[in-house]
Amino acid sequence: MIPDQRDMGLDDAALQAALRRVWSSRGGLLGALASVDHKTVGRRYIVTAFAFLLLGGVLAMLMRWQLAQPEARLMGPDRYNQVFTMHGTNMMFLFAVPVMEAMGGYLVPLMVGTRNIAFPRLNAFSYWVYLFGGLLLWGAFLLDMGPDVGWFAYVPLSGPQYAAGKRADIWAQMITFTEVSALAVAVEIVVTVFKQRAPGMSLDRMPLFVWAMLVTAFIIIVAMPAIVTASTALILDRLVGTHFFNPAEGGDVLLWQHLFWFFGHPEVYIIFVPAVGMVSAIIGTFCRRPVFGYLAMVLALVGIALLSFGLWVHHMFTTGLPRLGESFFTASSMAIAVPSGLQIFCWLATLWGAQPRMAVPMLYVLAFFFTFVLGGMTGVMVASVPLDTQLHDSYFVVAHFHYVLIGGAVFPLLGAIHYWFPKVTGRMMREVTGRWACGMIFLGFNLAFFPMHILGLWGMPRRVYTYQPELPWAGLNLFASVSSVLLAGGFLLFFWNAWRSARHGAPAGDDPWGGPTLEWATSSPPPPWNFTRIPVVESVSPLWDAREALPVAEGLRLDRRELLITSLMDATPEARDSSPQDSIWPLLAAIATSVMLIWSIFTPWAVVWGSIPVAITLIGWFWPRGTPEDES
Amino acid sequence: MGGWQSALAPGGASAEAILGLFWPVVALLGLIWLLVLLVLGAGLLRRAGSQVPRQAYLVIGAATIGTVLVIIGLTTASYLVTRPIAAAAEAPLVVQLRGLQWWWQVTYREEGEAAAFVTANELHLPLGRPVRLELSAEDVIHSFWVPNLAGKQDMIPGRDNVLHLTATTPGTYRAQCAEFCGMQHAHMALLVVVEPAEDFARWRAAQAAPVPAEALAAEGRRVFEQRPCGACHTVRGTTAAGGTGPDLTHLASRGTLAAGLLPMTRGALAAWIADPQTLKPGNNMPLVPLSADELQALTAWLASLR
Amino acid sequence: MRHRVVADLSGLPICGNRRSSPSWWGTLAFMLIEGTGFALAIGVYLYLAGLAPVWPPAVPPDLAAGSGVTLVLLASLMPNLLLGRWAEAKDLRRVRLGLLVMLGFGILPLVLRAYEFQAFHVGWDDSAYGSIVWFLLGLHTTHLLSDLIETAVLAALMFTRHADNPRRYGDVKDEVTYWNFVVATWLPVYACLYWGPRL
Repeated sequence: MIPDQRDMGLDDAALQAALRRVWSSRGGLLGALASVDHKTVGRRYIVTAFAFLLLGGVLAMLMRWQLAQPEARLMGPDRYNQVFTMHGTNMMFLFAVPVMEAMGGYLVPLMVGTRNIAFPRLNAFSYWVYLFGGLLLWGAFLLDMGPDVGWFAYVPLSGPQYAAGKRADIWAQMITFTEVSALAVAVEIVVTVFKQRAPGMSLDRMPLFVWAMLVTAFIIIVAMPAIVTASTALILDRLVGTHFFNPAEGGDVLLWQHLFWFFGHPEVYIIFVPAVGMVSAIIGTFCRRPVFGYLAMVLALVGIALLSFGLWVHHMFTTGLPRLGESFFTASSMAIAVPSGLQIFCWLATLWGAQPRMAVPMLYVLAFFFTFVLGGMTGVMVASVPLDTQLHDSYFVVAHFHYVLIGGAVFPLLGAIHYWFPKVTGRMMREVTGRWACGMIFLGFNLAFFPMHILGLWGMPRRVYTYQPELPWAGLNLFASVSSVLLAGGFLLFFWNAWRSARHGAPAGDDPWGGPTLEWATSSPPPPWNFTRIPVVESVSPLWDAREALPVAEGLRLDRRELLITSLMDATPEARDSSPQDSIWPLLAAIATSVMLIWSIFTPWAVVWGSIPVAITLIGWFWPRGTPEDES
Repeated sequence: MGGWQSALAPGGASAEAILGLFWPVVALLGLIWLLVLLVLGAGLLRRAGSQVPRQAYLVIGAATIGTVLVIIGLTTASYLVTRPIAAAAEAPLVVQLRGLQWWWQVTYREEGEAAAFVTANELHLPLGRPVRLELSAEDVIHSFWVPNLAGKQDMIPGRDNVLHLTATTPGTYRAQCAEFCGMQHAHMALLVVVEPAEDFARWRAAQAAPVPAEALAAEGRRVFEQRPCGACHTVRGTTAAGGTGPDLTHLASRGTLAAGLLPMTRGALAAWIADPQTLKPGNNMPLVPLSADELQALTAWLASLR
Repeated sequence: MRHRVVADLSGLPICGNRRSSPSWWGTLAFMLIEGTGFALAIGVYLYLAGLAPVWPPAVPPDLAAGSGVTLVLLASLMPNLLLGRWAEAKDLRRVRLGLLVMLGFGILPLVLRAYEFQAFHVGWDDSAYGSIVWFLLGLHTTHLLSDLIETAVLAALMFTRHADNPRRYGDVKDEVTYWNFVVATWLPVYACLYWGPRL
C-alpha cells in the first residue's frame, strides 16, 4: 500500500480496486461480525426488524383468534395479557422505531453522498444491543416470563406489589436495550447529516427524507431520556425498594404516566416522521417533479417535532387533571393537524396533474392517503376532552392508532421497501405480486380495523382477554378476525415476494426509477465505499440536473478509509477525516453491556461488577492501533 | 344503537352532551376526509403540464388557514361541552365507588333518614337527580366507565377523583373497567340501575337493612360462619365481617355475580362457590372445600339474601 | 453515470479544527441526551416536591459536603481551561501534567460525594424524597465516575507512542468540554437539592 496515495488521475477500475482494498470487510464469520459498514449493519437491522414484525403479527393473529367469539378458550387471561403486552412492546420497540432508524442508517449516508455513517462502530454496537434486547424479550416470553403489564406498564400494576416475579423487570430492562441502541443511531444520523454531506449540499438542498431522519433523530434525543428515567425508577422501585411511584411514601402513580407519555407521544412521531420522508421521496420520483413547497415541508417537520412534546397529557384526559390544563392540551393536540395537513396539501399539489407512474411504491402512497388521513381525523377526535372521555381505552382508540401507525407509517415503509429494494439488493421486487400484496394489505387492514371504531363506541374496552355473549360485540369481532386473515395473507405475500426477489428478481441497474437523489448515482447494491468519487451537489435534485455527467470531487486518500467533512450550513469542504476500520470490539462491548443489563434484573451489584467488562471492551474499542486511520 | 353499554345510546345528561358533539364532529371530519380523497382523485385523473400550477400556493395557504379555523372551532366546542359536564350540581346524591382487583365496592352515605351502607358491583341511581361519584382505588388503577351515562374517569391509588352525572332515562346499564388492571380486567363489570326516585328510595332502605331474622335461622348461615367465608365477606346481622371481599348482605338482590361474570341464579352461585378459579382465573376468592350438603345449604341461604 | 470532476479536495487538512471533528459533534449530542436526563430528574424532584404537603419530609440537608463538591468542581474549571489551551497548542508535556491534575480533580469530588449521601439523613428506601435525592446524586456520580475513567485512560494514552497526534489532542479537548458539562449539570442539581428545601 502506498502511503498518501490519492484518487486523482486513476481510471475507474484502478480506483475501485484501491478502494476495495481499504473499505471491504474481511470474509468469514469473524469478518462479518466485525463489519462496520452502514449498509451491512442497516441490512441486518432491517431484516431483524421485519422478523420481529412477523412475530408480532403472529401475536396479533392469536389475539384475533381469541376475540373472534365470546368466551373463547384459546388462551387464558395470563397468556393473553402476555400476548398483548408482547405485541405492543414488540411492535413499538423492536419493530417500528428500529426499522425507521435502520432505513435512516442505511439510506442517509448514501443520500448525503458520504462513504460511511458517522461513528460506524457505535452503529454496529447499537445493532447488537438491539438484537440482544429483542432476544431477551422473546426468550422470556417463550419461558412464560413475558411481561404482562401492557406496553405502557402503568404503576402500580407493574410495581413491586402487584407484579411479582421478573416479568415487569424484563420489560423495563428491554426498554434500556432498545433506548441505548435508538439513541446511538440518532447521534450517528445527526452527525452524519451535519458534517458529512457532499460538497454543495447546503441545508436547503437536502432530500426531504434526510430532513425527516434528522428531525426524527432530534426527537429521539429529547424524548428517549424520559423513558430511560421512568424505567430506571421502576426497576429501582422493584429491585431496591425506592418509592418513586408509591403514594403511601410520598411517591405518585401519575408521575409514571407523565414520564411515559412525555416519551410515548413523541414516539408516535419518531415512527411517523421518517414515513413522511419516505412518502416525499416516492412521490417526488414517481411524479418526476420535486415535492411542491420544500420549505413548507421542512417547516412542517420541525413544527411536528416541537409540538410533539406539548401534547403528552392527551393520554391522561381521564385521570382527573385540572380541566383548564386539559383544554390547553386539547388545543396543542389538535394543532399538530396543521403541519400534518400542510404536508398533505403539498403532496396533493405535487400529485396534481403529474400523472405519476403507478408502480407498487406509489400504490402504497395512495393507501397511505386513504388510511392515514382517516386516522388523523379520529386523532382530532380523541384530542377533544369530552369525546376522549368516551373513546379513551376503548377499541375506538385501537382502531385510531392502527390507522395512524399502519396507515401512516407501515404503508409508506412497505412502499419504501419496494422503492429502495433494487438499491439494496440489486434486484427488482416482482411487480404483480407486489400489487396483490398491496391490495390485500390495504383491504384486509381496513376491513379488520374499521369495525373496531364501532366496537369502541359500543363500549368494548381495550386489553380484555374475552367478552361475554350478552354484549353485542361478537359479530363485528368475528368480522374483524376474518378480515385480519386477509391482512396477514397480504403480509405473507409481501415477505415471500421480498425473499424470492432478492434471489431471482430482475436485475435493477443503478437507477431503475429515475430517482433524483444521490443514492441512485452509485451501483446497486452500492460498493462498501458507496461512491467511487464524492459527488458534488448543485441542486435539490442532483441526478435530474446532472444530465449526462455527475459533478464529482477528487483528492481523497486511498491508503485509508477517508471521507469528507463539510460545513454545517453550506456543506463547503472542511477536512478529510478518517472512518474507523472494522472491529470486533463493538460486538464484545454489546455482549458485556447485555450481560450487565440482564444480570441487573436480579441484583443491583451487577451494575458494579458488570460495568468492569463493559469498561474493558470500551477501552479495547477506542484504543488506537497505529493504523493510517489514526493519522492526522 | 349498541345497547346497554354504548356511548351511542345515551341515558344520561353527560353522554347526551358528548354525543351531541360527536355526530357533528364525525360529519365535519368525514367531509374533510372525503374532500382530501376527491382532490387526490381529481389530481391523479387530470392531464396537465409538468409544472405544479402557480395557484397551488394560494390553495395550500387557504387550506392551511381552513385547518386552523376548524381546529379553533373544535377546541372551543370541546371546551363548551366540557364545562357543564364537569360542573358540580347543588345537593347531589353522593356515592363512593372504590375499584379493587376485580370488583367494585359501592358505599352510600347517610342522607336524611336513609342510613349508610356498603354494597358491591351494582349501583342504583335516582332518575333525574345529579349524582356525585367519588372514585378511588384500593390496589391498582381502574377506570369507571358507564358509556350510556357519561365519559370515563380513572380510579387512581393515592388520588381522589370525582365524576358528576345525571341519569335521564330509566333502565339498566352496564359499566366496565376501562383501565387495564391485571388478570381479570375483562371481568370487572358493574350494573347501573336507573330508577324513579320512589323505587330508588325503596331499594336504598332495603339495602341498608341487615339480614332479616328468618334468614338467620337457615342452615346455610351456619356453614357461612363456620367456614372461612367471613374472613373476607360481610353479611350484616351475622358474625361475618370481613372487608376484603364484596359485602354479601343483599347478594341475591343484585343482577349479576362476581362483578358481571354470571347472572344471579342459584346454579351460578353454586358453580361459583364450588370453583371460583376456573370461572374467573386469578381472582382473589379461594376454593373452599365443602361437602355437597354444605354447598347446597350455603347456596340456598345466599340465594335468599335479597 | 459518467463523472465530471469539478473539485479537488487534496489540499484539505486531514484533521480540521474542532467544529470539523465528528467526535466533537458527537460529544455535543451525548451532552444533549444526558442534559435532558438531568432536566427530567430535576423535574421529577420538583414534581414530587409540589405534591408533598411537607418538603423535605426529613431535616434539610447539611451543606458542608455538597458545597465542598461544588467548590472543588468550580475550582477544577481553571486547570480544565488550561488543559484545553495546552491541547490546542499541542504541548504534550503540559497536556500530560494537566490530565494528571484533572485526574485529581476527578477523584476529590467522589470522596466528598460519599459524605454527601449521608448529609441528607434519608435512605433511598425511606420515602419518595429519599429516592429522588439518591437518584439525582447517583446520576451525577455516574457522570463523575465515567469521566474519571475516561480521563485515566486518556492520561495513560498520552504516555504511549500514540500520544503526539492531533487526533489525541482533539480527544483531550472533547474531554475538557465534557468535564465542563459535568460541572455545569451539578450546579442546578446542587441548587435544587441543597437550597430548594431552604427556600
